[in-house]
Amino acid sequence: MAYAKNLEEIRALVASHKRWDLVFACVGVLALMIGVLTFVALFADMAIKGVPRLDWDFFTNFPSRRAGQAGILTAWVGSCLVMLTTAFFAVPLGVAAGLYLEEYAPKNWVTDIIEINVTNLAGVPSIVYGLLALGLFVYQFGFGQSILSAGLTLALLILPVVIVATREAIRSIPQGIREGAYALGATQWQVCKDHIVPYSSAGILTGVIIGMARAIGETAPIITIGALTFIAFLPPSPVKAAPPFVSFEWLTSPFTVMPIQMFNWTSRPEAAFLVNAAAAGFVLVLMTLAMNGLAIYIRYRLRKTIKW
Amino acid sequence: MVAVPAHESAPLVTKAQVKALNFYYGDFQALKSLDMPVYEKQVTALIGPSGCGKSTFLRCFNRMHDLYPGNRYEGEIRLYPDNVNVLAPGVDPIEVRMRISMVFQKPNPFPKSIYENAAYGLRVRGESRRVTLNEKVEEALRNAALWDEVKDRMDEPAFNLSGGQQQRLCIARALATDPEILLFDEPTSALDPIATASIEELIHDLKNKVTILIVTHNMQQAARVSDYTAYMYLGELIEYGVTDEIFIKPKKKQTEDYITGRFG
Repeated sequence: MAYAKNLEEIRALVASHKRWDLVFACVGVLALMIGVLTFVALFADMAIKGVPRLDWDFFTNFPSRRAGQAGILTAWVGSCLVMLTTAFFAVPLGVAAGLYLEEYAPKNWVTDIIEINVTNLAGVPSIVYGLLALGLFVYQFGFGQSILSAGLTLALLILPVVIVATREAIRSIPQGIREGAYALGATQWQVCKDHIVPYSSAGILTGVIIGMARAIGETAPIITIGALTFIAFLPPSPVKAAPPFVSFEWLTSPFTVMPIQMFNWTSRPEAAFLVNAAAAGFVLVLMTLAMNGLAIYIRYRLRKTIKW
Repeated sequence: MVAVPAHESAPLVTKAQVKALNFYYGDFQALKSLDMPVYEKQVTALIGPSGCGKSTFLRCFNRMHDLYPGNRYEGEIRLYPDNVNVLAPGVDPIEVRMRISMVFQKPNPFPKSIYENAAYGLRVRGESRRVTLNEKVEEALRNAALWDEVKDRMDEPAFNLSGGQQQRLCIARALATDPEILLFDEPTSALDPIATASIEELIHDLKNKVTILIVTHNMQQAARVSDYTAYMYLGELIEYGVTDEIFIKPKKKQTEDYITGRFG
């Protein structure tokens, strides 16, 4: 029967077409695996080398010439303080800039040029920020090789990320909400303060955390402005026992951060220091992953609470 | 629908007068020399096919067009009794919006609590006394026929309400500040028939308290809720008059064609 023959032909045709589905699926999985497996291999290698080295002392010891006693106390404290400073400067500046661009700025070519430049800033190599900071913050403003200089540098670095995240979060607010508020006689500032900023805050926070996760691993600009590679004391405590209880002396203190501590250890010839570097790297990756995880969690919560 | 409200015998008072109103989106003239009165505590319906400019006309009353660049008004909308031209360049649109409220096509409650939605207009005016807020919120929600449904869940997010309830919340939000005119921009087009009926009933009840201007796609709705009707086509006001007359014996052939469904 002619029909049956055709059916066989159709089946053969479909089967031969489907082979390409299989081929592409294999290529796709392979492409994905190259990225994922590389990370997994690096992370596993670091974990295998480093995890046995992790103990309480590793976190509470100062760096030392003896690998077995060296710890990452100054590095993680430095990283935390620098991140604090970064967030303190990047969040208000980035949110204000993003809010202005989205809600206030007139839609003309000047605004367009500013927008393009903000996006381009995100692609500037971090070492360039380091050189700028060296000239501007360290020498011109006289902040020295301090936590303040490092925090400001990284704030500049993640500013475009914060601005873009702010704008995207603001743009996702439906126009009907703005019109509803304006129709009640609200001024632009009232609309921003009561609606735009609160409804976009989770999106902004996600962007800030992703920016910070990038900043915490930055090495080049921090080296450029002169972070110390060996530091055996902590910055002055921000909290004091005596009034006024808070102190900002730590801002001007020399410091080191996690990636620099790693960099220092990997450049040592002794194998024991390489183990230290692996352990520090493991901690650093965990910090970054934790921050990204937090960002994902916040985004998930946002989607659950506000659905337009 | 209940017929013949008590005040229908009261003399008509002009609340607003539209005079030679032209409106431009950039170079495009969307409204062409409109002249029309709006009577106090009456419902005036704007009808016409899509794109005829009825929503554009409505949004002139509270200067919504000022939010977007390139829009231009010519002519006047005079508000009485104080005889202010709301379109005058010297008049702040925010001041106009404080006097003339608006309910939108799609319910647009804020992602806040039911209470904060109803109270927002008062908050914008700087009201922070809890007693006054509570009082006004309750009054507005009662006027919007929503109070009984939400009085025990004022702190719940407004998004938990159904579409019809959300729209009534938006009406309450617009009513809380005692507006002189309430604008409705196709308030039922996103709602099911039951919610639509409740909104229509509400509009009918509200005209004892406030002057209402409503844009509607639905001619039956215009016939049911309005006292006066304006038929617009391509940015022009073709015919304006008492609703019953417009629907029963329109003066213009064009209006008749649209109303009888031969066109539009």
